[in-house]
Formats: sequence, structure tokens, C-alpha cells
Amino acid sequence: MKEEIVIAGFGGQGVLSMGKILAYAGLMDNLEVTWMPSYGPEQRGGTANVTVILSDSPISSPVLDSFDTAVVLNQQSLDKFESKVKPGGTLIYDPSGIHHLPTRTDITVVPVDATEAAIELKNSKTYNMILLGALLKCRPVVEIDAVLRGLKKTLPERHHHLLPLNEQALRKGMEMV
Amino acid sequence: MKPEDIIKPENKVYSRPRLLNDVNTHYCPGCSHGVVHKLVAELLEEMGVEDKAIGIAPVGCAVFAYNYIDIDWIEAAHGRAPALATAASRLNPECLVFTYQGDGDLAAIGTAETIHAANRGENITIIFINNGIYGMTGGQMAPTTLLGMKTATTPYGRNSELNGYPLAITDLLARLDGTCYVTRQAVHTPAAVRKTKAAIKKAFTNSLEKRGTSIVEIVSTCNSGWKLTPAQSNQWMVEHMFEKYPLGDLKNVEHKA
Amino acid sequence: MKGNEAIAHAAIRYGADGYFGYPITPQSEVLETLAELKPWETTGMVVLQAESEVAAINMVYGGAATGKAVMTSSSSPGVSLKQEGISYLAASELPALIVNVMRGGPGLGTIQPSQADYFQATKGGGHGDYHLIVLSPATVQEMTDFVALGFDLSFKYRTPAMILADGIVGQMMEKVVLPPQRPRRTEAEIREQCPWAVTGRGSRAHGNVVTSLELDSAKMEENNLRFQQTYRTIEENEVRFQEYFTDDAEYLIVAFGSVARICLKAIEEARAKGVKIGLLRPITLWPFPKAEVRRLAEQVKGILTVELNAGQMIEDVRLAAGEAAPVAHFGRMGGIVPNPGEVLEALKENFSVNI
Repeated sequence: MKEEIVIAGFGGQGVLSMGKILAYAGLMDNLEVTWMPSYGPEQRGGTANVTVILSDSPISSPVLDSFDTAVVLNQQSLDKFESKVKPGGTLIYDPSGIHHLPTRTDITVVPVDATEAAIELKNSKTYNMILLGALLKCRPVVEIDAVLRGLKKTLPERHHHLLPLNEQALRKGMEMV
Repeated sequence: MKPEDIIKPENKVYSRPRLLNDVNTHYCPGCSHGVVHKLVAELLEEMGVEDKAIGIAPVGCAVFAYNYIDIDWIEAAHGRAPALATAASRLNPECLVFTYQGDGDLAAIGTAETIHAANRGENITIIFINNGIYGMTGGQMAPTTLLGMKTATTPYGRNSELNGYPLAITDLLARLDGTCYVTRQAVHTPAAVRKTKAAIKKAFTNSLEKRGTSIVEIVSTCNSGWKLTPAQSNQWMVEHMFEKYPLGDLKNVEHKA
Repeated sequence: MKGNEAIAHAAIRYGADGYFGYPITPQSEVLETLAELKPWETTGMVVLQAESEVAAINMVYGGAATGKAVMTSSSSPGVSLKQEGISYLAASELPALIVNVMRGGPGLGTIQPSQADYFQATKGGGHGDYHLIVLSPATVQEMTDFVALGFDLSFKYRTPAMILADGIVGQMMEKVVLPPQRPRRTEAEIREQCPWAVTGRGSRAHGNVVTSLELDSAKMEENNLRFQQTYRTIEENEVRFQEYFTDDAEYLIVAFGSVARICLKAIEEARAKGVKIGLLRPITLWPFPKAEVRRLAEQVKGILTVELNAGQMIEDVRLAAGEAAPVAHFGRMGGIVPNPGEVLEALKENFSVNI
């Protein structure tokens, strides 16, 4: 098994941390993982993306030109990564703020209105977890339990009371697909 | 009375400090370095700290200080002595760490290292020889060169428009919270030598007791660079240098702020 | 964890005595992680943010002179500033570890990944005739492991070692197995293992002096000959490299650091199509695996070096390969990282390989 994923959006949307939680989940499932961010002065606003690879064998390149799955959260990212999804792959996008819809027909295109769903959950910070839930429904590369364990590992102790809310968001994302 | 009757250990009133190596120095006759070296050697011996002393030698005339005082030394790059001393002191807190620097080393190329080590309140002593000129490289302008003073690079005299003003860096250092003792001394008379010795002793004591950074500036002569005899140099120093660099304590606090 | 964080954890676990650094992207996590882990409360390791890169490397020089295991880290522009101290460390025969997480240059350049400091790291960098032992990690695990390896080699040969990483391996997160915690050496051990160290005279009859200055030309030449002898010994004993698919390779890629992994992916794709390409990844960039390049040059039809620069390691590869095989370069600069597809394109262009 090898899953090559890119997550892209605005800085501040939780792109890097979503990738991080996914990578930790892979670690919990005893997979090989790499997490390679686009780094730079884009921590607030600007575009950010992260490549996450999960594999049951050693991973060669952390830098890729095509992906099994792309999660894109704004128009620029959609424009950039739609063409880089492998044929038969999956493209998940948040339709809010998207003016030009994806056009490819050789991949599975999944709109997930996480912006709306996060408002329903009354916490904008659940946004990326909703998307992660949707991603795992489409591509069940790790167990949801591993995600929760990964989350517990990455969240500082003082935020552990937020774990149930995050689980709720994950499940909500899964239901939305 | 024969000379042999007088030359007896009990009659001996002065001798070369044990830590001062029995070698010729490269210093010019009349240079202040020799006196200050002797004071450092005497104090390390008298205070019983020769076994835990680490000296940091500069680039400048005192570059070979390690050849003259028989303790452990590190020879620094130009201006970096306080950075070396920072690490040596933090990694070896039981040691007495001091730097021995000239005005070019401390107040020009090493200004950043000097100010930041003092600002961090490193538990070190900085012995600062200020003779207003670059001796080692042949008498060029130093940051402390007085206005109007002729050097190899200010042949018509230091001009503030061209070269800026003489830098009384010790005054700056006294303003920093990390320094506990900042003083300016000289070694041109026996009385001044005694005062300087007391000052270095106080500085070493502060370092051993971890009170912060101590700085002993010694306003000095460079008769070769100044192109005067040693006696004329002393006189010139008193008449000109002391005006810009007056002697005395600039700061003396029990504990760092 | 991230490569940069791994460096910090590994330094503490090695029992390092001191870290002196200055923030610069993309390696600031080293100092940040150390500050967060507070090793001064556990192992007694000193961690200090210096006022400049120049001060930081001179603190390393001061600390190393006292026989302690000390290190610094920075990224390209900062490492340029450190060259003064690195030259002094080499000249005074002091052990120390320097980490360079390279970014694109010249000048302030970019904060994105690069390998453009290959020349600086492997050919000296500062003034005078000297070499550093240069280790090139390709994984976060190697970022971890090379801290201990770098310190050990540096103490063994009394010469500074450098981990020459790129922004990718610094910023990337991977699985890591951290080594067990080693105690810091005691003062007695340091005095015994480093009789040259400036520790205060203690019971020694005379003072130790650490200096790079020697005005007697004959003695200075002797010093230089001694340094060169050390470098020859290191070249004989410490060459490290890794080969992939070279047994039956008809073409060879030589690449270091994370670029080697990008090339490996390209090779996997090419092999799937029946094209026999091999990879040589130098782990020590100095000493360079010359004999291995030569051996493989005799075997293959062409060699491609892939680097995040305009062609630096290629000079060493060409020297080693001689006339045995044509050597071409493919590189991206300015922080752009090539993907595996581009590597295959470069192979096609240079050697008319049908992939």
C-alpha cells in the first residue's frame, strides 16, 4: 500500500496540521510516513501545501509530481493540483470560494462543504478535521482510531478536552461524502 | 657589608611572579602591557586561582599573552574574545575566565561581542588596554584615537567628519544591566599600578562569585605608535588621554541588576 | 518529527555539552526545540542564542577549546558568516559539529531548499588549507544519526564536522528512532580524553594553549603537513556512500541528500519500464567516494549528477570518472526542487535513453 496525498489551501486553514495528524495516524498504524510542507512566510494567509506519503514500504522521494489524492481548499490550489492527480485518483475540494469547478472526468471529484459544516459545529477550527474525515471515507488509508491516537499525540495536553469535538468533526466529514 | 650578606631570601622584597614565564616579551620598551601582564600573573598567584584560570588572548599586541603567563589560554579571532569567554565560562562554571583585549579588538571589530557578552552579564572579566592606536599593525587609527591625533591612517590627525569621534566604549558598557563593575585605570605611576591591581582583583573576585561582567579599562601608552619616548608618552597620556578617558570607577554594584 | 527537531533531540541524547546558535529560516527549529526541551535542567547542556552567527561560531570555538562537545546550526547566509570560526576550529584542531540546512543563494537568496553550498562545505569555505568532514543526510533518521556520527568523527580526528542538509530534510517530518540518552562526559573524562583542552591548569605543570597562530614559517608548514596527514587518513577510512540498483546499471545517477531520494523514485519508474539505472548516493561529501564513482564509471554508459545547484558535485564526479564515462549535470536553483519526472527527462536529453 502506498498513498501519495497533497493538501493545499490558504495558510491558517489548518493545511499543515491536517497533514501532520494524517502522518501521525500513519505512524500509529506502523506505516512509513513523510510530511513535506511548502514552508515559508505564509503562516497567515498566502498559500500553503503539504505532501503526505503513507506506505508499508520505505519511501523514496518526499517530493512528487503526481498524487493519488489531492485535498484543495481554494481556487489557486485547485488550479495548481487538479492536473496532478493520477488518473483514477481522488480530488476533494471545498466548493466555497471556488468559481471554476474541476473539469476532469478520469478522477473521482468530491465536493465537501466543510466551511458550512464547521459553522454547523460552531467551531471554525474543526474545518480541517471535517475534510480529513471526508478524505478517510474516500481513501480509508488509516483507521479512524489511529487518527484519534495521532491527534492525542500532536495536541498539547491542555487541548485534550477538544478531542471529542474533533472526533465529531471527523465523523461529520465522513458522513458528508 | 658584602653583597652576599644582603642577598638572602629573607631580605627579598620583590621578584618576578612565578606565573610570568622567563622569556623576553615582544613588547616595546615602555609599553603598558608588560606592567598589566605582571599584575595579572601576580593576582592569579596571590588569589590561588592559577589552576582554574582560563585566559582569552586577543588579536593585537597582546596576541602572544599566552607565551608570557603560564596558565591555560585560548587565542581568539580578532574581536571575538568575549564570545569565546562566554562559552568557556558557561561550560566551565568553576573556572575564572578573563579576556585581555586592546581597543581595536574590543571597541571596533569586536564591539558586538563585547556589548552582548556584557549585556548578558557573563561571569567574566574583561581587561581592556586602551592606547588609542593599533600597535601591532603599525600605528593605524583605533576607535579610541583622539581627535587631531596623527596615526598611519589619519596622517593629518583624526577628523570627526572623516573618521567619527573617539569611542568611550566603557561608558556605554557601564550602562548595561549585565555589568557589575566598570572602572578606568592607568599604570603610569606606582600609585596607579597599585590601584589597577586592586581593580583587577575586584574584577576577578566578581567573576569567581558570579556577579556579572566586570570591565577594567587601562588607559595606556604606545610610545612606538605615538612616536614619543616612554616618559613623553606618559606625560602625553596624562595631558590628553585622561581628558577624554578620565580615571575612576564608572560602576560598582554588589549584584547585577 | 521534523529533521531540524531531530537534530535537537539527537544533540541532547548524544550528551552534547553546548549549542550556540542564531535564528535563520529554514533551521530555526533546532534552537527552538532545544529551548523547549530545556536540557540545562536535565543533562546540563548549555543552550544559548548568540547575538550573531559570528559570535555563535566563536562560542563554539571557545567551548571546543575546553574539550566540550559543542555545536551550532544555521542556514547558508549564516554559515557564510561562520566561516571565520570554522577556519579557526580547523586550524586549532578542535572538534565541533556545524549543521547547515541549506537554502537558495547567493546573497539573501531564498528560504527554499538548495544544495548550493557544496563547494563551500567540501572545499574549505573559510581561509587556508583545510577540510571539514561533511555528512549528507537524506532522511530525518539520518539527521538524527549523523549528530552522533559527526561528533564522534570530529573528536576522533580533532577536526570540525558538518552536517550539510537541505531545506527539504530539515523541514520534512518522518518516523525517527531516537538513540538512548548518553551521559555527558565528566570533567575527569574530558581531561583524560582531551589532554590538549583548556580546562584550567589543574594539576598540570604548565598551561595548555589553544591557538591557530604560528609566525615561524617552518613550524607553520609542519602544522599544515600534520593537518593534511589527518585529511589523508580520513580519506582512507571514512568514505561513506550508498548504492541502489547499481549491479546491472547501464546508467548512473549521482545525487546527495534528499535529491537522491527524488532520483530513486525516478529510477524506480524507469526500472518499471525496463531501463537499468543505478544510484550512487555519497553520504560523506568530503571525503568523496572517488573510487566508487570510478568503478561504476567503468561499468555504465553515462553518469548524470542531479543537484539543487548549477553543478558543483559534478566536478568531483568528473575528476573521479575521468574518461571512463561521460558525465552530465541536471540541476534546479533558486529553491525549485525537481520532481522525479524531470530527472527522467534529463536522462533522456543527455544520453538519448529511451524511457
